[in-house]
Amino acid sequence: MGFLQKALENGEFAVTAELAPPKGTDFSHALQCAELFSDRVHAINVTDFQSSSLKATSLAMCKALIDIGLEPVLQITGRDRNRIAIQGEMLSAGFFGVKNLLALTGDHPTVGDNPGAKPVYDLDSVGILQAATKLASGVDMGGNKLAGSPSFFLGASVTPEYDPMELQIVKMVKKIKAGAKFFQTQAVYDINTMEKFREMTKHLNTKILVGIIPLKSAGMAKFMNKNIPGINVPDNLIDRLKNSSDPVKEGIKIAGELIVELKNKKLCDGVHIMAIGAEENIPFILDEAGL
Amino acid sequence: MIISEHKPFEEIRELLKDAEKIVLIGCGECATACKSGGEEELIAMTKKLEDINKQVLGFIVPETSCNYLLVRRDLRKIRDTLNEADAVLSFACGDGAQTVAKLTKIPVYPGNNTLFLGEVERIGKYSEACRTCGDCVLGSTGGICPVTRCSKSLLNGPCGGAKDGKCEVNPENDCAWILIYNKLKELGQLDKLTQIQEPKDFSKIAYPRNLNLRDKNGGGK
Repeated sequence: MGFLQKALENGEFAVTAELAPPKGTDFSHALQCAELFSDRVHAINVTDFQSSSLKATSLAMCKALIDIGLEPVLQITGRDRNRIAIQGEMLSAGFFGVKNLLALTGDHPTVGDNPGAKPVYDLDSVGILQAATKLASGVDMGGNKLAGSPSFFLGASVTPEYDPMELQIVKMVKKIKAGAKFFQTQAVYDINTMEKFREMTKHLNTKILVGIIPLKSAGMAKFMNKNIPGINVPDNLIDRLKNSSDPVKEGIKIAGELIVELKNKKLCDGVHIMAIGAEENIPFILDEAGL
Repeated sequence: MIISEHKPFEEIRELLKDAEKIVLIGCGECATACKSGGEEELIAMTKKLEDINKQVLGFIVPETSCNYLLVRRDLRKIRDTLNEADAVLSFACGDGAQTVAKLTKIPVYPGNNTLFLGEVERIGKYSEACRTCGDCVLGSTGGICPVTRCSKSLLNGPCGGAKDGKCEVNPENDCAWILIYNKLKELGQLDKLTQIQEPKDFSKIAYPRNLNLRDKNGGGK
C-alpha cells in the first residue's frame, strides 16, 4: 500500500502535488522540483500531456520519481490511447511499481499544441477505471489472462462548481462503481462551494482531495474565471491580489488560508496542489497551511 | 442528410489542371438540399470554370448520385458527351463521387468536401447529428446523441470542460451532456443517467461496412 492510500485510509489529511513531465528529454528541473517538496507530500501527481500539450509521458516521469524514492500518481487520460495502449500503460506502470492511478477524460487535442492530432477517447474516464479494475482481477478487457496483474489505488476527478451539479454527482457515482477510491477536484477558491459539495456527496463512500491552484496575480484570477471551466475566484480574493505589493506571496497566503479552513471545517480529506509551473512555491503554501 | 460543401475553387482548379473539357455531375438529393450539387450550383460553377478557360460540355443532376443503377442509367444518356470529355467534376458527396467514378472511364474529381451526416435545421443551416456508430444509444440519452454531439463522444456523462453550458472545443456548441440531462429530466427519465455505459465494441464497426439484405439467408449483415 502506498503513502497516499495509507494516509487517506487512516484519516490523515492527505497532500498531493502536481508535476508535469518536461517538454523534452531534460528531466532535471522537474526532478529538482519534486525533491523540493518530496518530504512534505504523500504523493506526486504526474500529468498526462496536460492541456493536450506534448511532453514526456506521465509513466516515464513516474518511473524517474520512483527511482529517487518518491511516490507518484500516474495520470491517464482517454485522449491519446485506445484500450490496448491504456492497458499496456497500466501493465508497465505495475511493473515499475506505480501504486496510484488517476483516470481523466483529457482535454481535447484542439486546445493543445499539436491541434491536428486525432482524438481517441476509446475509453472515457469511467472506462479507464473499469480497465484498471479488470486488470487487477487478473484478466484484460478482452478476457485474456495476465501473467501478473497490477493493482492501483484508483482516483478520478470531479468539478464542484458546475451547473447542473447533479450531472457531476451522477458521473462521480459511476466512477466509484468503476473502482475510484479518491477524487481530486478542479481548483476551488470559495469555501461555500466545498460546503455545498460536501453536503451533496456525504452519502458517498469516497475520499476528496480539493484542488488548490495558487493565484499569481489578479489578472490570472480574472483570466481563469473567464476561461477555465469550473473555476470561480471570488471578487474579494481578486481585490486582495490587486491591492497587494507582492501578489505571488499573497496568492500563496490565500492558498494556505483556504487549506486551513478546509481542514478545520473537515470539508475534505486532503488537498491536491497544482502550482502549474511554480512548483518551487509548493513548500511555502504548505508552510502557510501548517502542513 | 449528407452535408457537403464546395471545395475551395483554387483546389478545383488544381485538380483540373490537365483537363480542358469537363462534365459536371451533381446530385438531386442531399447535395441539392445543401446547395452544393443542385442545378443552380452547377450553372454557377459552369460560369466560374469558363472564366478560367475550361470548356464545360454539359452537366447532369442524377436523381441520386449514390445509386449505382440510377447513375448508370443517367450516364448512358450522356455517353457521347463523356466520350469527348477529359474529366468529370462531381458535386455529390464522396459516396456519389465514387459511384460516378466506378461508372466512368475518365478521371472523376471531387468538387465537394463531404462534411457530415446531419440535420437540415433550415435551408442553409445544417448540424451534425449522427456518426453512424452502428450501435445507437439514443434510447438512454433522451434522443440526443453523445457520440456525435459530445466532441469526445463520452458515453457516461460530461467531462469538466463545459463553460456556461458550452463545449470547450467550440463555444458555439452546447455541451451534449447538459442537453441530455435537461431532456431526460423533462422526460422523467433521469434514472437512465445512472447506468454505466460499457465501452463501445469497435470490432462491430470495422470499415468498410456492407449490408446485404439479398443474401440467401434472407438478410442481415
